[in-house]
Amino acid sequence: MGISHTLSRILSGLFQKKTARIGIYGPPNAGKTTLANRIAGDWSGTISGTTSEVPHETRRAARSGNITITGSNGKSVTIDIVDTPGVTTRVDYKEFLEYGIEREDAINRAREATEGVAEAMHWLREDIDGVIYMIDATLDPFAQVNIMMIGIIESRKLPVIIAANKIDLPDATPQRIRNAFPQHPVVPVSCLDGTQIESLYEEMVRHFR
Amino acid sequence: MQGVRIDLISEERLSQMPSMEKIRLILDNVREGTIVILESGLTPDEQSVLIEMTMQEILPDGFSGIEIESYPSKQKNPGVFSRFLKGDESRRLTVIGPANQLKMIRKDRGFISAWISGR
Repeated sequence: MGISHTLSRILSGLFQKKTARIGIYGPPNAGKTTLANRIAGDWSGTISGTTSEVPHETRRAARSGNITITGSNGKSVTIDIVDTPGVTTRVDYKEFLEYGIEREDAINRAREATEGVAEAMHWLREDIDGVIYMIDATLDPFAQVNIMMIGIIESRKLPVIIAANKIDLPDATPQRIRNAFPQHPVVPVSCLDGTQIESLYEEMVRHFR
Repeated sequence: MQGVRIDLISEERLSQMPSMEKIRLILDNVREGTIVILESGLTPDEQSVLIEMTMQEILPDGFSGIEIESYPSKQKNPGVFSRFLKGDESRRLTVIGPANQLKMIRKDRGFISAWISGR
């Protein structure tokens, strides 16, 4: 039984399709964890992480495994969702003091945030098969972090969908994001209230299969 | 004389440097308060490593990271011959400085305006 069990595992490992790991990337406060929670809630009934207005609430990459998303045409995709810390080139603990966080906690939070960003970059180079890149549609899409990250994702030839988030806000202009990155699919969405989330799911099924 | 030091590094010199040497040069200079201008910028992989190494060097009440600005990459020509064209269009002039000294004022596809302050 031992040999046949081992053989069966090897064979299933050879022929079973690997579940794609889809990273949710973007700058801090773009809505990455809100999206991860919505995807996990809609398709597996779980919650991935906590959200907050304080930047760098997510300081460790968090994975929700084996989520199957089905499109309106009946086709589906099974993925692992990796919610990553917001990518930035600067972290100053003093910014957290403005949110009423004590100095010691702010320093710890900053240290964890730097480790989390470094880890997220490492994941992108080693362990990610596709990306949902989140951009706050009320902000300038030409922010350097967006330009760098899209360039890095393109250089790794990873399939990417850009989610133009926060379209529930009056200042949102997702068309600016389309103009900035015309080479990629851009889906306007509100991860907070679910507006057009179905369009994102359809695009995910099309793009990540 | 007081002021801000600016190092401009040519494309030729950059092309002779291994990636880690480039990244080390940038971080060492920026940590000392120097603004570094790269004529041809960094590859996406180098940018990825630069972000990772920057994060590892941030300290409370010390180095708080970098500000980096470059133009968006040129839109790729969708024509059938585009794949045969030489040159890496993603590597464009790049300005890098300490996060607490360099601040971007405005940027679009072909224009960068930044403010540099002393330490």
